[in-house]
Amino acid sequence: MSTSTAGEEIVPTTLGGKAADYLDQRLGIAGAAKKNLRKIFPDHWSFMLGEVCLYSFIILLLSGIFLTLFFTPSMGDVTYNGSYTPLDGIRMSEAYASTLNLSFDVRGGLLMRQIHHWAALVFVMGIMVHMLRVFFTGAFRKPRELNWIIGFGLFTLALAEGFCGYSLPDDLLSGTGLRIMQGLVLSIPIVGTYISFFLFGGQFPGHDIVPRLFTIHILLVPGLILGLITAHLILVFYQKHTQWAGPGRNDKNVVGLPLMPVYMAKAGGFFFVVFGFIALLGGLVSINPIWVYGPYVPNQITAGSQPDFYIGFFEGALRMMPNVEFNFWGHTLSLNVLVPFAVVPGILFGGIALYPFIEAWITGDKREHHILDRPRNMPTRTALGVAGITFYGVGWLNGGNDLIAIRFNLSVESITWVCRFLIILGPIFAFWLTRRICFGLQRRDRDKVLHGAESGIITRSPEGAFSEVHTPLSQGELHKLTAHDVHRPLTLTEVTDANGVPAPNLRRAKLRAKATQWYFGQRVEKPTAEEYHESITSGHH
Amino acid sequence: MKSLSTRRRHPLAAFVVLVLALGFAGTLFAAFVSPASANADSGNTSAQAIANGKALYETSCSSCHGMNGEGSSYGPSLVGSGSAAVDFQVSTGRMPAQQPGAQIQKKAVLYTQAQIDEMAAYIQSLGGGPVVPSQSQYSVNDSMVQLGGVLFRTNCSQCHNFAGEGGVLTDGKFAPELTQTSPKAMYEAMLTGPQNMPQFPNTVLPSAEKQAIISYIVSTRDEANYGGAGLGRIGPTSEGLFIWTFGLIALLLFAVWIAAHTTKASAERVAQAAAKKGGK
Ligand code: HEC
Ligand code: HEC
Ligand code: HEM
Repeated sequence: MSTSTAGEEIVPTTLGGKAADYLDQRLGIAGAAKKNLRKIFPDHWSFMLGEVCLYSFIILLLSGIFLTLFFTPSMGDVTYNGSYTPLDGIRMSEAYASTLNLSFDVRGGLLMRQIHHWAALVFVMGIMVHMLRVFFTGAFRKPRELNWIIGFGLFTLALAEGFCGYSLPDDLLSGTGLRIMQGLVLSIPIVGTYISFFLFGGQFPGHDIVPRLFTIHILLVPGLILGLITAHLILVFYQKHTQWAGPGRNDKNVVGLPLMPVYMAKAGGFFFVVFGFIALLGGLVSINPIWVYGPYVPNQITAGSQPDFYIGFFEGALRMMPNVEFNFWGHTLSLNVLVPFAVVPGILFGGIALYPFIEAWITGDKREHHILDRPRNMPTRTALGVAGITFYGVGWLNGGNDLIAIRFNLSVESITWVCRFLIILGPIFAFWLTRRICFGLQRRDRDKVLHGAESGIITRSPEGAFSEVHTPLSQGELHKLTAHDVHRPLTLTEVTDANGVPAPNLRRAKLRAKATQWYFGQRVEKPTAEEYHESITSGHH
Repeated sequence: MKSLSTRRRHPLAAFVVLVLALGFAGTLFAAFVSPASANADSGNTSAQAIANGKALYETSCSSCHGMNGEGSSYGPSLVGSGSAAVDFQVSTGRMPAQQPGAQIQKKAVLYTQAQIDEMAAYIQSLGGGPVVPSQSQYSVNDSMVQLGGVLFRTNCSQCHNFAGEGGVLTDGKFAPELTQTSPKAMYEAMLTGPQNMPQFPNTVLPSAEKQAIISYIVSTRDEANYGGAGLGRIGPTSEGLFIWTFGLIALLLFAVWIAAHTTKASAERVAQAAAKKGGK
């Protein structure tokens, strides 16, 4: 950037400079740009995960636009006469036929389809991993709770978007997926049947569903996602990015690289890396070969019907649920479908959405946080997260119970039964184990601070005793290991004080006190300054 | 490389010769005695075959199926099972059964085709039943692939999977993959309905439709994976697994790599800023 002494006009000479000057005189962007382009972004690999989502979404938009040019969203009946001969002369929907044409007769069509589908998997996977990093580092804490909610909205929208896209080609698997979805809708008490007729415009599958899904898939949901991503990024920008603890870093500053040019160059480079990677996958690895599945016909079905991975949890929950169904007054209450479809995901997703608020309530922490937590320093949160992953993972696993059974020569029933127990016991065990590991790691940190790092050098004293030489930590590392707060549970008086109203809410206060006791009751103290000095001056290691 | 002459002295050489000879005899037998005519009431050759078959049967099958094929508590009656059932069961290595379990498994085939044909002829002589199909009934016909695809997806894919990769049934039973099965065995499987597979007699699925299904299955086997690596052709599960292993690791490595690489100048600046306590 050029330096200008006050009052002196600089006349731009280059073409770019002139253009910038032209725009600046009309839009006054230089001031804003100067401030924003110097915005600092901290550097850490885990902060690139959000970018993976962003870039794969851009790739989805670009490849999706290509696909809409050739896809026909219609259930109209046609006889296929394209170049894929095994389906020659077969009757099918226009949607399926146009997807076949895209795959075999449109130049680059199959590549685009595969890029689009791989990008979708990367997108949803990226969102999940990004969400986990935000969770485990406590980046959702005040003031970023709202951005967490926006992110959660993006997550659910991404699932919906993926499901709609999967259903569009009207192949055997997508039709099967829709049929299951219809079953779920039907299980809604009282209004289920009406909603199903409304959605499908009559009997399943009808003629309306594909055009409707098409509109949702290419207009409604992407529009919402785009809007929310914009809001999400504006908030990240405006609230500034969080950072890891380190020397010179605190809750009031951000240490990192300026947006322009360094961070932009890196981000731009990363975009091309992600794009290139997805394009390679699209070119080299088959995904959703709909011609192998055949067109959807309601009386056909295939063994090993599976959804894309992000629907696997729901599929697994459905397969796991015991067959419970009640009949009264001519109505059926299908708990066997309703529970895995609505209740279980409701709890899981509700828990994800509300977690920042739940944690703030339990811990009574109302401060702003811009320094991230190391997961080990928040053992209960980390353990809850791992328990959640385990819960989700077991459901997911059971979604593929038939494939596991056939690969490993087991019976599906036994896998299902194991999963039924595992989905309850697994998270409990994972919670317990993770907390223990976190405490262990904290103790190791404490030891390191007090006694230095193990050097691997063994010395022998004149008396013959062996001991290991410990090297003291650098100032930076000491800071990193001791920057966190050790939280303690709220006492009952603190709780009631916080609420301001002692008597009537006593029960709630008691509950809250119990909750913080559970959350912070067990802890590893940081070395105090005295302890540290003692260990230094005693010359012990 | 060992020369042929040293191989000739190999202790197993005699067996190899025997097997080859039997195989040759079997082929000859198959060529001259059309299976359809290996029927109880035709000709002397078949009378001889039946007698041989009975002998074989009595040694290795009667313990379970009874001395006269009447069945026992270890195996069902074979009266009326027909030569097609015997040919299928023995030539795919299912019979003689060994371990009881959820489903009798395939093993190495113990008999030559000639012996199988003899046993088949014997069982056929007991009470008729579905007959071993002739070559023309199960030979692949490329013009029938399309019809076969529709029939396969209507009648078979619910158990055997869209790509014939197999699928599970209840209690440890399963529909096996069809990627290796011979066209003849496919025809016989449909005709006789082994174990937990339903029977598709000609009244339900006419012979031509069976041929269509066989043509479809065989044609999909050597169909190229147009999209690239096929990932085992088991659908979205392997795609998901692939992206969560290979894809995730690759992307994380890229992220780490990009995050770790900073221009020298800005790295220094960051260090300075840190030293001066605080960037902006
Ligand atoms: C260890 C006991 C056992 C032996 C030995 C055995 N089988 Fe079987 N076989 C069975 C059982 C059990 C079944 C029934 C399988 C089922 O349907 O579940 C069966 C089924 C069959 C069937 C199918 C019947 C039908 O109607 O589809 C044929 C054919 C057959 N066996 C032939 C033979 C022949 C030929 C031999 C000798 C080479 C033989 N088996 C040896 C136990 C045995
Ligand atoms: C209800 C499920 C079911 C259906 C439907 C079904 N099968 Fe089967 N199939 C099985 C089972 C179970 C076996 C294993 C039988 C055994 O091991 O004795 C089997 C075995 C076979 C085999 C033998 C495979 C081998 O390698 O030995 C063939 C071939 C076969 N089926 C073809 C078909 C065809 C073609 C259709 C459609 C016309 C079909 N099946 C429909 C369940 C089914
Ligand atoms: C379409 C999907 C999404 C996109 C494109 C996206 C993009 C981004 C980007 C680029 C960042 C900054 C870099 C980073 O920290 O990784 C970010 C930060 C953040 N994201 Fe997302 N995100 C998405 C989904 C989500 C979800 C599902 C959540 C949680 C439920 C979430 C919560 C957050 C939070 C709280 C931050 C601030 C993190 C911090 O400052 O440390 N995001 N997002």
